[in-house]
Amino acid sequence: MPDEHNKETMGRAPGDMDRRQFFIKLGATSLAVAGVGACVFGVQYLSPSVLYEPSPIVNAGMPEHYPIDSVTLDPRYGIFVVRLPEGFYAMSAICTHLGCLSVWKPEAGVIACPCHGSSFQRDGKVIAGPAPRPLPWLKMWTSDEGSLMVDRGSPVPSESEYVRA
Amino acid sequence: MPNQPKTSADGAIRNPLIALARWGEEFKEIFTARVSERQLGFRYTWYLGALTLGTFTIQISTGILLMLYYHPSIPQAYADMKDLHFAISSGMFLRNLHRWSAHAMVLLVFLHMAKVFYRGAYRPPRELNWIVGVFLLLMTLLLSYTGYLLPWDQLSYWGTTVGSNIMSSIPIIGNKLRFILLGGNSVNANALIRFYVLHTVILPLAVILLVVIHLWRLHKDGGMHSEPVEKSGEKP
Repeated sequence: MPDEHNKETMGRAPGDMDRRQFFIKLGATSLAVAGVGACVFGVQYLSPSVLYEPSPIVNAGMPEHYPIDSVTLDPRYGIFVVRLPEGFYAMSAICTHLGCLSVWKPEAGVIACPCHGSSFQRDGKVIAGPAPRPLPWLKMWTSDEGSLMVDRGSPVPSESEYVRA
Repeated sequence: MPNQPKTSADGAIRNPLIALARWGEEFKEIFTARVSERQLGFRYTWYLGALTLGTFTIQISTGILLMLYYHPSIPQAYADMKDLHFAISSGMFLRNLHRWSAHAMVLLVFLHMAKVFYRGAYRPPRELNWIVGVFLLLMTLLLSYTGYLLPWDQLSYWGTTVGSNIMSSIPIIGNKLRFILLGGNSVNANALIRFYVLHTVILPLAVILLVVIHLWRLHKDGGMHSEPVEKSGEKP
């Protein structure tokens, strides 16, 4: 009814909204806030706050278990413990391409990834394949009891220093 | 009047066959527009969409049966898969049917899309149905990917590790997405249960919803019949 509409809108500036528009905007804003809130809560709920994953710090055993000039893979933790005459270092065994577990091939003297054929030198440098980065060296130290300790969550610069034990 | 169904005084049909036929007619009215038989015929579609739906039906029915013996937990998943293969009557048949039907579904979805594409049936007014179809392709691939982990053998473990690492290469949000998908930093018990829920509940429901929309639009917009469509007086 145009007359009624005119009556309703009479006495309002052109920019003012009527009651219907106000409630539509209020409803849409409430839905938007609820939607964003639901997304935030959803992402928080889906991200576990407590993880039952192995600790990043692992005990790699006593130094005398590793022969000199050896590369030893510990598949439980995904690390290499390398012993050279100069000392020890630890390296991640997780291929930098797509996360497969690489292995030491003593006959070829290289570290090889079975998934997509990347290969690495004993110090982690890439020889071939799609791996974009060298295998990271990991923080290593000896505990008070003399065990070799490795922190898988703390990469250190390659060839930084050898651990003497 | 011999053709008139026998009805009782309250108007109910007493002949069950006629009652069924009438209910069938009522279900037909779910789709408000009619699609010509010619458009759904072999010549235009090669029945690829119907075959895809058929493989999806096999997936649902065999999947439900496999769920009766499968526990999505690390100590049991691999053993349950082996039991299904070697100890449970017809288990090997059902599991292989599920697996080969999954491969067939992916292949048929691609062929169906290629057929739609080369017939030009993605053009207006069917562009919405093409977009729904692209989402159905995505859902099919996600179903394949999530199902891959469930046997919990070496292949599935490393396949999922590689797949989730590909996801983490998405700029900015990649690592967070991977963390949410796996429920942790690596493929473990949380990842197994999440993939199981995605594979058996969330993704199948999404596919069913999209298939309903797909069929609804098929009836509204027409099928692969690609004769020029008159729209606003122009011929595309």
